[in-house]
Amino acid sequence: MNEVLQGWLGLDPEEATAVLLSLRVALWAVVWSLPLGLAMAWVLARCRFPGKILLDGIVHLPLVLPPVVTGYLLLLLFGRRGPLGSFLADQFDIVFAFRWTGAALACAIMGFPLMVRAIRLSLEAVDRRLEEAAGTLGAAPAWVFLTVTLPLVLPGILAGAILSFARSLGEFGATITFVSNIPGETQTLPSAIYTYTQVPGGEAQALRLTIISVAISLLALLASELAARRIGRRVSGR
Amino acid sequence: MTLKVDIEHRFGAFHLRTAFAAGSGLTALFGRSGSGKTSVVNAIAGLFRPNHGRIEVDGEVLLDSEAGIFVPPHRRRVGYVFQEPRLFPHLSVRQNLLYGRWFNRRGPAEGLDRIVDLLGLDSLLDRRPAGLSGGEKQRVAIGRALLARPRLLLMDEPLSALDEGRKNEILPYVERLRDDFGIPIVYVSHAVAEVTRLADTLVVLSEGRVAASGGVVEIMGRGDLFPLTGRAEAGAVLVCTVERHDEANGLTLLASSAGLLTVPRLDLPPGRDLRVRIRSRDVIVALDPPGAISALNVLAGRIARVFEGEGPIGEVEIDCGGQRLLARLTRFSIGRLGLTPGLSVYAFVKAVAVDRHALGVRAVPRGGAGSWVEQET
Repeated sequence: MNEVLQGWLGLDPEEATAVLLSLRVALWAVVWSLPLGLAMAWVLARCRFPGKILLDGIVHLPLVLPPVVTGYLLLLLFGRRGPLGSFLADQFDIVFAFRWTGAALACAIMGFPLMVRAIRLSLEAVDRRLEEAAGTLGAAPAWVFLTVTLPLVLPGILAGAILSFARSLGEFGATITFVSNIPGETQTLPSAIYTYTQVPGGEAQALRLTIISVAISLLALLASELAARRIGRRVSGR
Repeated sequence: MTLKVDIEHRFGAFHLRTAFAAGSGLTALFGRSGSGKTSVVNAIAGLFRPNHGRIEVDGEVLLDSEAGIFVPPHRRRVGYVFQEPRLFPHLSVRQNLLYGRWFNRRGPAEGLDRIVDLLGLDSLLDRRPAGLSGGEKQRVAIGRALLARPRLLLMDEPLSALDEGRKNEILPYVERLRDDFGIPIVYVSHAVAEVTRLADTLVVLSEGRVAASGGVVEIMGRGDLFPLTGRAEAGAVLVCTVERHDEANGLTLLASSAGLLTVPRLDLPPGRDLRVRIRSRDVIVALDPPGAISALNVLAGRIARVFEGEGPIGEVEIDCGGQRLLARLTRFSIGRLGLTPGLSVYAFVKAVAVDRHALGVRAVPRGGAGSWVEQET
């Protein structure tokens, strides 16, 4: 992959590393947040409990907070001396601070509201009467979820995953605040572009990465649109 | 099969308090919209949990609020055909049909071919629900419910979303379910014609309560229930047998204990039992035997009961050889003829007035709780 980027697109090793790192960070951010996003969407769409508005607000917080604030909060919580950070490091040997995993965590949190929102909307659109019908046919609630609800919300899940992926590719403020800008470890595409614009003579590199960034985003959107259409057709039965 | 229902629930101002029992054959829950029919079947299916009550199928308790028992819908083995087909849009017709089998692995795996054959679904199997007509969808929904091997099938106005043509397309299939498949059915409807044609037993609901229950012939022959069954549609049901066909005139003669009935040619073999509904507004009453008259059917009988009510119109029950006939007359005529219980009269019925779509091709239910013919004395 690295050779392909360098050979075909004429990137230097540092640029290629930044592109691959960005993709890896975004992918893992989506993979890890998807089950949680689905669960949260379910809770917000289907459950009634006191404090639901508050939970809804907290989930949406990263959307309205300045990314620097989110990044700083992450640093406080998951930093080496933060309460969660030291616990995870001692007990499970999981370290987020100044690692690419921290970048993935920051991206996952920034993309979470978008993902939850998309899945929740499609969950709310599911005809509950179909679930009732499945129950009368002998399907226990877990089976109803797997065989009826999940296939019907697939377009929403896909949309949520793509939104979160796109948000992750563009994430800058929270990432740089939380895990800094270390080439090869936490320097994602936006951080790299930012760095090149700050050094004299870096315009050409910044422009190359910008074009690549636009291309990746456009490809992701097109792919999601095509997939959403195909799944939508399947789900609506046409 | 025995189903016992005794439930109570308050929805704001509406008070549902219903108790009835049903046996094999088709039991119709009949009543106007808002009478609580759907709540009752939802309670049987487990989709709605009443405040109080008890529901039992073949001795197995599905609901007992006293003992805190509530069996969830997926463990009840109660099939449900809803008003709308509710087919799974992401599955093909075949996958929809087989959906329930997935979760009911007990018992033999055969059945798909039989159901497909019974409901005429052969050409639809590989299609998607979105491409089917309303009638086709409802047939698939019926098949899907049956293939889950229920011990009891609930049908909540399965025809109400269909136009007349589609209704008549589905009705024979429901009859075949009842007769060939032998599955007990609880059928919700507010259409008299449907109920007369399909039901063995009738439970009339009004404002959340059972207003009457019994055999179709007995209930339909009661003049006091027409406010609940709908005035325009009120009419008695006669049990008959096809006697012979008069090919020259395109007529069919039906024998009944009330006398011989002549109706337009029916496509049924002689000896076939059937039920015929005669709307009370199509019956004329006379004190003397008629002279020249176009009406082909003249049944001799005796006035059993007279309901005069409030308005200008009354209802008269006539006992014709043990069967009940209803006649709707003006109160003026009732007074002029001096119609009182015990009086001998002649009832005229135009042959063309017999409701062809309400012909039930099974007059006497086979076995089970359908002892309603004897009840009717």
